[in-house]
Amino acid sequence: MSNVTFKFDGVDYVGQAGDSLATALLRNGVLHFTDSTYRDRPRGIMSLWIDEPNALVNIDSGAGEPMVQATTVEITDGLVARSLSGIGDLPDTRDLSRYDRAYRYADVLVVGAGLAGLAEAKKYADQGKTVIIMDDKPEVGGHAQQCGETIPPELLSALTRKNVLHLQRTTVIGTYDQGYAVAVERRTDHINSKVSTDVARIRTWHVRAEHTVLATGAFQRPLVFANNDRPGIMLSHAGATYVERGVTMFKTAVVITVDNQGYTDAIRLHKSGVRVLAIVDVRKKLSKASNKSARKPAAKLGIRIIKGATALDTNGTLDGILSSVVINDPKSGLRETISTDLLAISGGWTPTVHLATYIGIKPTWSKKRAAFIVRSKVKSISTVGMLAGDFEEYEPAVFFGPKLDDTQGLVAYVDHQRDATLRDLRRAVGAGMISIEHVKRYTAIGTAHDQGKTSGTLTMGLIGNLVGLEPDEIGSLTFRPPYIAVPFAALAGRERGLHTEPIRTTSIHPWHVAAGAPMEDVGQWKRPWFFPKPGEDLHSAVLRECRAARNGVAVMDASTLGKIDIQGKDAGAFLDQVYTNMFSTLKVGMSRYGLMCGVDGMVFDDGVTTRLGENHWLMTTTTGGAAKVMDWLEEWLQTEWPHLEVFCTSVTEQIATVAIVGPKSRELLALLSPSLEVSKEGFAFMENKYGDVAGIPARIARISFSGELAYEINVCAWYGLELWNKVMELGAALDVTPYGTESLHVLRAEKGFVIVGQETDGTQTPQDLDMDWIVSKKKDDFIGKRSFNRADTSRSDRHQLVGLLPETWEYVIPEGSYFAEVQHKGATPPIPHIGYVTSSYFSGELNRSFALALVHNGRARIGERVAIGNETAVITEPIFVDKENVRRDG
Amino acid sequence: MLHIPCPYCGPRDETEFHYGAGANIFYPDPASATDEEWSKFVFIRENPKGWHAERWVHSAGCRRWFNVWRNTITHEFGPTYKPFTEQPKRPV
Ligand SMILES: [Zn+2]
Repeated sequence: MSNVTFKFDGVDYVGQAGDSLATALLRNGVLHFTDSTYRDRPRGIMSLWIDEPNALVNIDSGAGEPMVQATTVEITDGLVARSLSGIGDLPDTRDLSRYDRAYRYADVLVVGAGLAGLAEAKKYADQGKTVIIMDDKPEVGGHAQQCGETIPPELLSALTRKNVLHLQRTTVIGTYDQGYAVAVERRTDHINSKVSTDVARIRTWHVRAEHTVLATGAFQRPLVFANNDRPGIMLSHAGATYVERGVTMFKTAVVITVDNQGYTDAIRLHKSGVRVLAIVDVRKKLSKASNKSARKPAAKLGIRIIKGATALDTNGTLDGILSSVVINDPKSGLRETISTDLLAISGGWTPTVHLATYIGIKPTWSKKRAAFIVRSKVKSISTVGMLAGDFEEYEPAVFFGPKLDDTQGLVAYVDHQRDATLRDLRRAVGAGMISIEHVKRYTAIGTAHDQGKTSGTLTMGLIGNLVGLEPDEIGSLTFRPPYIAVPFAALAGRERGLHTEPIRTTSIHPWHVAAGAPMEDVGQWKRPWFFPKPGEDLHSAVLRECRAARNGVAVMDASTLGKIDIQGKDAGAFLDQVYTNMFSTLKVGMSRYGLMCGVDGMVFDDGVTTRLGENHWLMTTTTGGAAKVMDWLEEWLQTEWPHLEVFCTSVTEQIATVAIVGPKSRELLALLSPSLEVSKEGFAFMENKYGDVAGIPARIARISFSGELAYEINVCAWYGLELWNKVMELGAALDVTPYGTESLHVLRAEKGFVIVGQETDGTQTPQDLDMDWIVSKKKDDFIGKRSFNRADTSRSDRHQLVGLLPETWEYVIPEGSYFAEVQHKGATPPIPHIGYVTSSYFSGELNRSFALALVHNGRARIGERVAIGNETAVITEPIFVDKENVRRDG
Repeated sequence: MLHIPCPYCGPRDETEFHYGAGANIFYPDPASATDEEWSKFVFIRENPKGWHAERWVHSAGCRRWFNVWRNTITHEFGPTYKPFTEQPKRPV
């Protein structure tokens, strides 16, 4: 054994390698560990493992942990920990450790490497199955290991077979449908106290197994009596194990037990040199078997055995540490006070049913064992060992605690972490609550860090005693993952920071970055928001960019638009069905704007679609809607119209699009492509031409999303940046101005062009958007058509798109604002609202602010005034610039 | 996470799929459908406890739509069937 030095609450200690922090502290004589959260009760270590309700610590060394149990921390040189009074705080420093993820398929997953789990792993390994066995403790063997028993070597050797993956320090935190399980493996904290940047500190395992064996064991249960929470009171299994591990502070012990485990642990204590003053057995009479296996061996060692008695109360030192226990003999009615260092409690077993309940298996109440056990009837899951009830039966049936008066009940703790007492339970029952779900919420029992691992069954038994019902009549134990607290970083793995989500960038993106443009996230795309010149803010940059688009020439990277290549002899007929307007009559080489609706008649997406050839089309979608539209097209083709010969391919990433916009865009295009026919007559609105643009093969479309004369130059994505550079170079003479998404929004809103997802939220028909013109009256059917005749969609007083002009000319109404009729100006809410603002900007072109809005019965209200708080605005047509559509020709 | 049997690719994790609600909901003739029939098609879906025939699309895989029986209590999957093929019997 080598020495390990660590710091706890600012004091240096020496422990031994392999010690848990709890063991090391007890070995150093630290008994009073912390004070409780709500009532400042002195508390000590009570258990061995993650059922520990008291000994919470914050780890300051290495990656740090805000709240873990000292019983689960393995000490290493340089470990720095401090005790917590029930509540931790998150560090404000970044965790630089590496976290990782692994995936495995297996025939069998065994959870728990106690004797029962090991036997199952060997059984399946012998059959040649692939087996994964996971156990949360540092060492294999479960209870047997903790009690220092020898693990059968044939069970251990099975773990090293080729078809077996054996992982310790690996906690299965969740079980899900169809053999799916998630586990966290702690890989470095037990080796050193440093931040692990090369080896993953925690590896999260995702396992899918044909068969799952739950061998999760059980925790020992405490008993409820007055002042049962003092430092020095422990679960008997924990107390005996700590003493065996070299804790020497307990010279004397009293054991209170309801089962034979108390005797086992009393003997373990005795053999380790602790003077066991008495075993107080709740049972009046023991069976022959128990008499032989439990009582006699203890009696032989000279240990005093008091039957039919139990603990009522304890006394403490001035510091609140245990000094003596008060026991009663119900037969004689006499009380006896016994001074002792350690009070070891054996209240029966609580099987760890969590993983079973996660997948919907209900534990059943075993009266003989006073425990919820799980015997799985699901064929892909089996339960073994203590979880399945493989432990001793009581004689006679168990109880949960002595009769205590209310004063005693006030300090008889049920949930240590929540400082909840027997009195709290009595008050809950007194208030009419019986269901565990109600009591839990009323008392907060089971809601703390340990999630009721010690208090759950205890609570149900105590309520049962109070109301005369069996625990399973009060409710059932249901738990939810994760089984233990898991750092978010472990679940995130490497998907942190830049890797949180995929980032999509266009081929022109490096130019935008170099130009210092702030980015806007549009779906997963990064789009330049605006291109500030030195000293400019958003407002002044946008004014300048829009001015260039309206009066000169401006350029935008439009590559993020979704693009779907559609081919096949029925493509035209197909488009007629998915768009509200007609496409099959479109001439080759021409583009058309289209609107898509769902079957409910609500606008779903929009975009310009071009007929590249007789049976070849290129659809564009909104930037954020591309994947959704692709799925939609496939759904109809595959599940409704399989007779249509149509093939869809996503080409979003394959094409780069540079839009040149403004009255001087024709001039710029001529500079870029001298041989191209660019005249007003020779290159019509919505026409497409092929040609060399700055030496790059391109398709040029005369399309406008601003109302201005504009062209979209489409090239193979690899040429995107080269094209952009050429546009900037040749356009310098025309003062070509790059613009971002903010100006794009202002320009289109001035013209009253909607953005799906901004003016719409899935509840607008084309008619609501003042776009009746795009709904074909000729076509027999298209998706959504029939819904326009529904009473609700055809009524005239729906929310309709209108414009708003604030009466304070420079006031930009916040987007999303609700507004009311003008008589409510300045009124205190609640007031009835009539609509809300969908887009709102300051327009340089109009030299004032303006907005688009959806207003109840809006069309009929044009000309009316509305109130937005203390401001007012006038409802207008939803178009502000170039109502006559003359600018698009330049 | 469900393990969904794509009839084209084999069993895959749920994250690769999109759900498409109940199967065998046929597009009514829009010209003759009454308002009630039409709204039933648009809005009304069964939500049974137990076996449910439903549609899935393997969007991050083969991109194909298929139908499958799934037990909404146990999440067990029954037989799959391709669109426009005969529906297998409801599993027991
Ligand atoms: Zn597939």
